[in-house]
Amino acid sequence: MNNQIVRLFGFVVVLYALLFGFTSYWSVFDADGLEANTANRRPLLEEQQIERGEILAADGSVIARSVPQGKGDDRIFVRRYPEGTLYGNPIGYSFVQLGRVGFELEHNDELVGEKTEFLTVLDELRGRAQEGDNVQSTLDPDAQRAAVEGLGGQRGSVVAIVPSTGEVRAMVSIPAYDPNDVQNPAVFKQLNADEDAPLFNRATQAGYQPGSTMKVVTAAAAIDSGEYSPDDTVSGRSPKEISGVPLQNAGGESFGEIPLTEALTNSVNTVWAEVGEDLGAETMLEYMDRFGFNRKPRLDYPDFQLATSGVFEGNRLLTSADAIDVGRVAIGQERLNVTPLQMAEVPAAVANGGELMEPRLWSKVIDPDGRETKLDPDRQSRVMSEETANTLTAMMTDVVNEGTGGAAALAGIDVAGKTGTAEIDIAGGINQAWFIGFAPADDPEIAVAATVERTSGFGGEVAAPIAQQVMEVLLAKGDGGDEG
Amino acid sequence: MSARTRELFALIPVALLVTAGFTAILITNSEELGNLSVFYGGYFLALCVATHIVIRIRLPDADPFLFPLVALLAAFGLVMLYRLNEDLARDQANIFVLGLVLFSATIIFLRDYAVLERYRYVIAMVGFGLLLMPRLPGIGETTNDAFLSVDLGPISFQPTELAKICIVVFLASYLNERREVLVVGARNIAGIVLPPLKHLGPLLLIWGAAMVLLVFIRDLGSSVMFFGAFLALIYVATARISFVVIGLSMFVLGAWFFAQTVPHIQERFDIWLDPFESSEATGYQVAQSLFAQADGGLFGRGLGASLVQLPGAGGSCPPGVEFPDCDAILPAPHTDFIYAVIVDELGLFGGAAVVLIYALIAERGFKTAILAEDGFSKLLATGLTAIFALQAFVIIGGVTRVIPLTGVTLPFISYGGSSIVANFILLALLLMISDRSRRRVRLQVEAEERT
Repeated sequence: MNNQIVRLFGFVVVLYALLFGFTSYWSVFDADGLEANTANRRPLLEEQQIERGEILAADGSVIARSVPQGKGDDRIFVRRYPEGTLYGNPIGYSFVQLGRVGFELEHNDELVGEKTEFLTVLDELRGRAQEGDNVQSTLDPDAQRAAVEGLGGQRGSVVAIVPSTGEVRAMVSIPAYDPNDVQNPAVFKQLNADEDAPLFNRATQAGYQPGSTMKVVTAAAAIDSGEYSPDDTVSGRSPKEISGVPLQNAGGESFGEIPLTEALTNSVNTVWAEVGEDLGAETMLEYMDRFGFNRKPRLDYPDFQLATSGVFEGNRLLTSADAIDVGRVAIGQERLNVTPLQMAEVPAAVANGGELMEPRLWSKVIDPDGRETKLDPDRQSRVMSEETANTLTAMMTDVVNEGTGGAAALAGIDVAGKTGTAEIDIAGGINQAWFIGFAPADDPEIAVAATVERTSGFGGEVAAPIAQQVMEVLLAKGDGGDEG
Repeated sequence: MSARTRELFALIPVALLVTAGFTAILITNSEELGNLSVFYGGYFLALCVATHIVIRIRLPDADPFLFPLVALLAAFGLVMLYRLNEDLARDQANIFVLGLVLFSATIIFLRDYAVLERYRYVIAMVGFGLLLMPRLPGIGETTNDAFLSVDLGPISFQPTELAKICIVVFLASYLNERREVLVVGARNIAGIVLPPLKHLGPLLLIWGAAMVLLVFIRDLGSSVMFFGAFLALIYVATARISFVVIGLSMFVLGAWFFAQTVPHIQERFDIWLDPFESSEATGYQVAQSLFAQADGGLFGRGLGASLVQLPGAGGSCPPGVEFPDCDAILPAPHTDFIYAVIVDELGLFGGAAVVLIYALIAERGFKTAILAEDGFSKLLATGLTAIFALQAFVIIGGVTRVIPLTGVTLPFISYGGSSIVANFILLALLLMISDRSRRRVRLQVEAEERT
């Protein structure tokens, strides 16, 4: 019988080897696959137990913090947003039941303190619970408030950027939502069903017609390419045939042979459309590229919440190879869809001597020990020469001082800008009103884009005062983007 | 060094391990370190030493490693239970005291285990009776649709745990008597060696009993365990691999048939084949077990550092019910799935250590069988070891998806009274067989040295 007993033991060893094999498969070889399995709630549940870092405004005030609930093994942290709707859209939310969006999603790794494996092991040896880093954003609470007040409940958006650094000082989308409330499933459902789409961040996701604000891009292309100088004259008669279809000036007003500076001040459509046609689709699109059009903005923001600005056929981005009415692109019509963020980058590039800085919403990361990692500004592209930028600044200053942008003027400070009024529903008199600009014109500290959706007013009446208020608040702080 | 002294020295590191384990959990879960862990370690060592003294007096020649290995498993279990819920560890410690008392009682009062052979039919009847008890109206209880336990007022126990010892005793004695005729009378029909027909009856009865277990009690795990031990014994008794093949085919056929017809068993198979596909309620357990193991990795999260309780669910438990009966991310972390918790916290290394301890116990058990002189002792030691080893395989295999999950306990580690008490009795019988055979060997050696 002894031989059989030995063989039986051999069989048991084989069975146990199977156990060891399967255990190693689950715990080591297939561990990553199991961790990624959607049915596996462990990663989410564990994250709930981590004290997520705070999100701070530019002045150090708290935008988002985590508060503990329960004790011991049962303790979790829940996100609180003390300012409610003020930062709703750019910052987003982070809740286990809903996931994350916006800044909360983009900077999740820092906020949960995701570090390299080695550092994690060190922390574990020191018996330290995983703790998130604080992340400071570039958003300024006063500028946010000024933008919200300026819009005064009208649907629309404001984006303010420091031209020399790309720091976004204000990003507002109205209607706003309170991220504290989205935890309530009923409220979340209602927000999703709302026709005014409060969860939609208009600043980065909307596709608006830019109207005449696009003429800044056209002017930059005309002058920087060397094809035109500000004093060159073009006929401003109305109507004028562009791409075989007659084009009218606003109110049907006709101008004679006028210089480009005057044509920008008075926003003469027929002049800029002819300039655009003359430059051609390739040059226009090339300058649009340089301004950041035709690709996702390089903002530190989730990809799905960033829209590309450009000429679209349905969802397809058109290129110079497609049939494009470039004359009408030059005056912000055609199938041009732009985001407020993109339209803030246009004046920012002009204001920064023709160099576009990468826009960004974060300025530094502060770890639990108080060590700070500051982020240096990054150059995105050289859009135009400094000379062109200076010329364009002078032209845009005239727009505010003498032309359609008068409502953006600030006492004792020169403002450079451009208004825009895209006719959305001509019969109903419904417009997309715009103002883009920067101040002070001689030493720019802030660039702004303000837009109001479906208004009966014009850009100069409706949008310019909003931009003016935001600029005024930020200039009063003497904010050159050097703080912190 | 005598066998008993070796045993005593082996127990000391086990007690140290308990102390270290409790200390680790205390450090993880609370800021300050109390002297509680030292107390637990001391208490554990005292229990072991007391038992050691009983063994030293009654079974001085018994295998020196079996008891320390079992103590090691118990240490694993206590530490893990303490990590889950302090009260569970306290209950378990009390159950160990009861188990050790019955262990000692078995050793002291059952002077000669050969008497078991005489009462084999009574023992068999008791065994079958125990198996069917959970189905009796009024006292039977179901767990996950299986009839596993009996509720007798203040105590609730799983009779299969005790039944397994009865059945093994019966089989060992029956096969010891009949093995000659089974072999000699075997006929070769078309290349297949069949046992003689008149002796086939009782064997078919065993197969039938396993099937009844499967369908009537719906306990796949025990069914596999019993039938596995039966096949192991038949193989060792007759040395006919063909008997095993026939038995195994019959079992697989029966299991396959019932998997098609009995929904409970069918469900178990479906979950086994795809734990992620099944609806959350049914596949949930096995999927969670795999997730817990994936979470552990090679070295584990550390004692007390894994996620066992649903965070933020506080207050959702009904009154009187607390973790881990409620709020557990991995259901039954203290019973069926304790192995997954061990892998989560101690990693693949911890899991491998547990499997290795079971393998070493099996090795000592089979060694005892080999050293034994008479057929009954050999078969009894083989059967007890086989059913013990299979029980560990069945539950760890279920938790790691080697086989469909069934509700048997992980011997000496899982929380639960019946299993620990029954397994201590099993251990007592093994040590008694070991003592007898090793004493004979020692006396022979001493006699040779004198001459």
